[in-house]
Amino acid sequence: MTDTALEKEDGAPAARGGRIALLIEFWSYFRENRGAVMGLAFFVFIVLVAILADVISPHGPTVQYRDALLKPPFWEEGGDASFLLGTDAVGRDILSRLIHGSRYSLFIGCVVVSLSLMIGVVIGLVAGFFRGGVDTVIMRVMDVILSFPSLLLALVLVAVLGPSLTNAIIAIAIVQQPHYVRLTRAAVLGERPKDYVTAAQVAGVRLPRLMFVTVLPNCMAPLIVQAALSFSTAILDAAALGFLGMGAQPPTPEWGTMLAEAREFILRAWWVVTFPGLAILATVLAINLMGDGMRDALDPKLKRS
Amino acid sequence: MIRFLLFRIGFLIPTFLGVTVVAFGFIRLLPGDPVLLLAGERSIDEERYRQLLHQYGFDRPIWDQYLTYLWDLLHGDLGTSIITKKPVFQEFFTLFPATLELSVCAILFAIALGVPAGVIAAVRRRTAFDHAVMTTALVGYSMPIFWWGLLLIILFSGILGWTPVSGRISLLYYFPTPTGFMLIDSLLSGQDGAFASAVSHLILPSIVLGTIPLAVIARQTRSAMLEVLGEDYVRTARAKGLAPWRVVGLHALRNAMIPVITVIGLQVGVLFAGAILTETIFSWPGIGKWMIDSIFRRDYPAVQGGLLLIAAIVMLVNLLVDVTYGLINPKIRYRD
Repeated sequence: MTDTALEKEDGAPAARGGRIALLIEFWSYFRENRGAVMGLAFFVFIVLVAILADVISPHGPTVQYRDALLKPPFWEEGGDASFLLGTDAVGRDILSRLIHGSRYSLFIGCVVVSLSLMIGVVIGLVAGFFRGGVDTVIMRVMDVILSFPSLLLALVLVAVLGPSLTNAIIAIAIVQQPHYVRLTRAAVLGERPKDYVTAAQVAGVRLPRLMFVTVLPNCMAPLIVQAALSFSTAILDAAALGFLGMGAQPPTPEWGTMLAEAREFILRAWWVVTFPGLAILATVLAINLMGDGMRDALDPKLKRS
Repeated sequence: MIRFLLFRIGFLIPTFLGVTVVAFGFIRLLPGDPVLLLAGERSIDEERYRQLLHQYGFDRPIWDQYLTYLWDLLHGDLGTSIITKKPVFQEFFTLFPATLELSVCAILFAIALGVPAGVIAAVRRRTAFDHAVMTTALVGYSMPIFWWGLLLIILFSGILGWTPVSGRISLLYYFPTPTGFMLIDSLLSGQDGAFASAVSHLILPSIVLGTIPLAVIARQTRSAMLEVLGEDYVRTARAKGLAPWRVVGLHALRNAMIPVITVIGLQVGVLFAGAILTETIFSWPGIGKWMIDSIFRRDYPAVQGGLLLIAAIVMLVNLLVDVTYGLINPKIRYRD
């Protein structure tokens, strides 16, 4: 048993003692990438905004000021200092709506990533460990899902389930999980022939433990990178669904839904269109910058010189 | 090569069958009675209901229905649109040229800008130009294109008044459209200004749809070029004293293009997804807008047929990319 433990320690660097050292190593690589650090800083800012939304937003997100319809931002002529970024067509404060909207975007990203990651990892582990018929069937099903353009499949799924934020999240998670399945399976196939896995098997480790405790921690690097990148895709897709009227429904201050409501005013009131989109772009960009930095730090093989 | 081709096609058949199951299952998964859904908004009496139930085959076992669906599919019958009462197949291919024209212009825009930008960024690595290209590419990659389209409309159509807001051509022109491609048809019509009008309608949608492919192509070209520029044969070419542009343009670029071509091929799915948003913003009468409208009109046979045809086209293009890849890169062809 001691031998096995040693083997495992050797082959699996993610064992408990080295975890902090690993984090420090990760940070030292991550820090090198200036864009990634900027992305992280902005992401932390958005998280804080989302947490403190009720405290920092000057108005309620759905309060309508009937005497202040389509007010421009404060620096424009006719602007009002109490509505910093102006108001929309029914007199709601855009800044407050944006602040509250950050909650939806982060929530969507978190739920989609957790759902698709969990489902994808389990299916991927099963495919990688059982091989044969099970593997073939799973991978063909994933191929089928991947042969539809993701936004289209999500749209049709929402049409089946009925338009709402929850259903949009479910649809996007279903569309995204094949990527996790493929990555997990590929990583498992790479790890399985290694000595530490054989040793664990010989020592009588049961299959579930072998899958989740022995092998999975060593497959995490590509999964973490994918999680970061699909976090941003989830936000974009949810905003697109909201924009098409198939995601969060008005008056929810979701950024994509806000854009949909603002569409008819594009040539009259640029601010109702500009700011929600800018919020989406900045958040997605920050997460993508972080994701790039994480990929470089976690997986030197994938490093883009 | 033939073996490789057959192998790839054989690989596609189970996936395509899976796609048909999804498209077939779609109507049956919808909440509510499929007959009432297919009958549309009107209420129907008992007798008509039973008649429709029989006509659509919902009274038969599910496997029987599926086989009938496949049989009809093999004969090019994808059902009839509830709204227009026209065959879905015909509807799709009437609108498809509009989407194809837009997508081709978008991808040409992306290649024409992305490949040179990526090459120059790789050659001038770690310069201000390189950083600018990579930053712009990441912004483009993160772009919510539906917002990008609205911004461009505000700027170019609203403030500057340079481009039209929507549609494929000005309403002033009317001519037959034998090919369905507005650029060709407007030239054939021989009317003054028709071609210019078609071009001006295409510019903004092409930029919007091409933005994400542009970002992906620029990034991929840069990293492929960097890899190739580090190879021995490039060093040899340089050492022989070849002009730098020959080394980059002839020796390096050719090999660097292999992964780039794959990436370009993989953009088909991105283009279809993007077409849904772009066509909605610019009221472009193509497949994307048709799909969205069909979803909202609850025209389920149209959604079902569109879903299947789009997946089939994506699979077909991916097959073509694979085959092209096998043609230009023998390593892939002989592996199996």
